[in-house]
Parts: sequence; C-alpha cells; structure tokens
Amino acid sequence: MALNINEIIEDSFQLIGGNFATAGEASTQLKMKLTELGVDETIIRRAAIATFEAEMNVIIYAAAARLHYVITPRNITIRIEDMGPGIEDIQLAMQEGYSTAPDWVREMGWGAGMGLPNMKKNSDEFRIDSVVGEGTTVEMVINFP
Amino acid sequence: MKLGDIIEPLSLDVRTGSSSLGRAVTGVYVSDLLSDVMANSGEGNVWITLQTHLNIVAVAGLKNLTGIIVVSGRNVPADVLQKAEAEKVTVMTTQLSAFETAGKLYQMLYA
Ligand SMILES: Nc1ncnc2c1ncn2[C@@H]1O[C@H](COP(=O)(O)OP(=O)(O)OP(=O)(O)O)[C@@H](O)[C@H]1O
Ligand SMILES: [Mg+2]
Repeated sequence: MALNINEIIEDSFQLIGGNFATAGEASTQLKMKLTELGVDETIIRRAAIATFEAEMNVIIYAAAARLHYVITPRNITIRIEDMGPGIEDIQLAMQEGYSTAPDWVREMGWGAGMGLPNMKKNSDEFRIDSVVGEGTTVEMVINFP
Repeated sequence: MKLGDIIEPLSLDVRTGSSSLGRAVTGVYVSDLLSDVMANSGEGNVWITLQTHLNIVAVAGLKNLTGIIVVSGRNVPADVLQKAEAEKVTVMTTQLSAFETAGKLYQMLYA
C-alpha cells in the first residue's frame, strides 16, 4: 500500500474520568490523522472503534489516563494507561455481556459489556494488564495490510 | 436513496447538519446501546435511537453514519445540537416511535 508515512507519527492525550463531554476527542484526532495519511478505510474504522471504546472505559471507570498512539509504516499502536480501580478478573471482564456499569451509565446506553471485546476484535494484537487499586493498561496494535 | 428523501415521508425535523441531506442512505441501524452501534452499524447508515446525550455525536461521527433519528419526540439538549452542528453530524427528530420509524424506512428501502 502506498502510504504517506516516512517517519513515525505520534501523539498523546490526557483523559479525565467522568468527563463524558470530551469522549471521542482522541479517537477523532487519530481518525483525522489516519485519513490525512490516506490509510485504508477499514483500518481507520477499526482504529476508531478500538480507541473510542478505550476512551469510554477510562471515562466510565477510571480517574484519569494517558492515551498514546504511534503510527509507523507498518502499523498503529494505541496504548492507554489509566489510574483507576483496576480489573480483578480480566478473563471475566473480557466476556461479552459482562459489565459493572452503574444504572445511570446504562441509561446512557453504555454497559452492554461489549467494549473490551470490540477492542480485541478490531486489533491484530491486544494486551491488557491490570493491578487492582492502581490501574489498567491496554495496548492495541493494528497492522497495515 | 438520499437522506433528503426520507425527511418528508417520516415528518422528520432536521435539527443539525442539513448540508448532508444529499448523502446516500446505505441502510438503517436501530439500537440504544452505544457499543453495539460502534460494533455493528455500517458506514452511511441512518441510526434510530432514543439516546440524546453528547456521546451519540461522537459515535455517529466516528462511524461515518449518515444521520441520527431521535425518536418518540425526545428532546435533544442544546449542547448536543451544538456539537452535532460543529461536527457536521445530521440530527433529526420525530414524534414517531422507533418501531414506526424503522417500519417506514424498511418499506422505503426494501419493499
Ligand atoms: N479501564 C478500566 N478500569 C476498570 N475497570 C474496567 C476498565 N475497563 C473495563 N473495566 C471493567 O470491565 C467491564 C467490561 O468492560 P467493557 O468495556 O467490555 O464493557 P462495559 O464498559 O461494561 O460496557 P460497554 O463497553 O458495552 O459500554 C466493565 O464493566 C468494568 O467492570
Ligand atoms: Mg466499555
């Protein structure tokens, strides 16, 4: 694929828990950057879905996070490191339909327990690490075709 | 079918993004679960929902949806309309229920 990427492109975002109004800013920025670079539509869609779901989880569950993305000629890496409650049972959290979202968040249409599975499905590599009481780190890699 | 073609038959009130009425409607997705819409809606779809908060704008923008129809006469807050206008997301409202809206669109698209 003819990609206009000769160098490494990266950016970082500060995400604040509870700040629903800013949800989607990081994913929208990444989407715009990938569009500008002429990246394949399917890849852009996958990156947008995965990044937005990660943003939402920080906003719903954590206090704050740093989202960092790196675009190279081969792939996109998105890493989200949060300060939050952590996840006790990652295997359970990864199950479709599992959610601890409170009622008021469910009323907004979040809490279907689909976010983490969506992130995994849309990444070529998916890693999640969590320490209860400290935070959760998610790293996703999407390869260019 | 263009987005503009569904306005009159469904008596939609176009609240924002009226410059996109020439866009094609590729299909319709009905859901009030946002992660479900992120996962399963298609590019160019019209999204029928009763959700009215800010996140619907981000979802529609990120998924390149053709528009959002907020059903059952629900009030869309001013800050949501403002964000939608700024991000060129078409928000439409109707007094019809999700079922009636989907039924009419199904007729128009597939019957
Ligand atoms: N960053 C995080 N910090 C703490 N807990 C988390 C985090 N991300 C996910 N979880 C836990 O994992 C569960 C499943 O997350 P997932 O994103 O799959 O679903 P959800 O957020 O509950 O619903 P949806 O994403 O469909 O709106 C959450 O309900 C929560 O308990
Ligand atoms: Mg989630």
